[in-house]
Amino acid sequence: MSLVEAVFGLLGVVAVASALLVVTTHQLVHAALWLVVTLGAVAGCYLLLSAEFVAWVQVLIYVGAVVVLLLFGLMLTKAPIGVSLDLDGPPLQRAAAAVVAVGLAAVVCVAAAQAFHGEQIELGDDAGRGSSTSTGTAVFRAWVLPFEVLSVLLLAALVGAIVLSRRDIGSDDDRAVQEGR
Amino acid sequence: MPLLMPVLLASLLFCVGVYGVLARRNAILVLMAVELMLNAVNINLVAFDAWLRDELLAGQVFTLFVITIAAAEVGLGLSIVLLVFRNRETTQLDELNELQERAPEQTS
Repeated sequence: MSLVEAVFGLLGVVAVASALLVVTTHQLVHAALWLVVTLGAVAGCYLLLSAEFVAWVQVLIYVGAVVVLLLFGLMLTKAPIGVSLDLDGPPLQRAAAAVVAVGLAAVVCVAAAQAFHGEQIELGDDAGRGSSTSTGTAVFRAWVLPFEVLSVLLLAALVGAIVLSRRDIGSDDDRAVQEGR
Repeated sequence: MPLLMPVLLASLLFCVGVYGVLARRNAILVLMAVELMLNAVNINLVAFDAWLRDELLAGQVFTLFVITIAAAEVGLGLSIVLLVFRNRETTQLDELNELQERAPEQTS
């Protein structure tokens, strides 16, 4: 096993273990912080898979922005600091979720192992692949139309988020409800 | 590197995300689990891009697109959660059951 494979395996174990902690921990803020560990490990996997620019975008957008947004959401919904035992559903729901997840994992892993057994990713003989130069060229030559459409989608989503979270606009019914309270 | 390593990692991460979506009852934790599932898909995209050595870097560019859409999704989802919290004083998903079908003896 080469060094790259060993490091990738290590990062994968870290990612899956901290993802398990994200979905099982009893402290809300800890879940967000374990999510940082998972996303960072996934960024390391991108680096090893010769996707350098994607790795830094992952660090900037996910670790930098999305986790901070989630922490803001926790703060604004008055999430309790410390252990809170009402984060999970009842035991029956958790058992059903575990059965579904384990079954899905078994099916997908067996199918992937049968389909891709023995296939190798050739890394390292193409130094410029995945750098910001080659990714930028690809985005602005071949994928420029989807890129622009996506920017409009992002703008619409953020305008929608602002409209949803402002208190001073809305229908007359909303205002009546708020004033009545 | 065997292609199986990133693919298995992605499947495991996705299934952890599925468990989180199904088992959690706090809306923000469900959003975190959705992020895990999106990350699993991104690992797959990057791995197959490296395997197929795509000329147009389709896998990596699609990963960037998915990251953008995930950011938009989290922004919108959190603002909806905040709106629900402002109106109902709760983020527990199983307490938002106003539209559920009740048993007949309760409604009559």
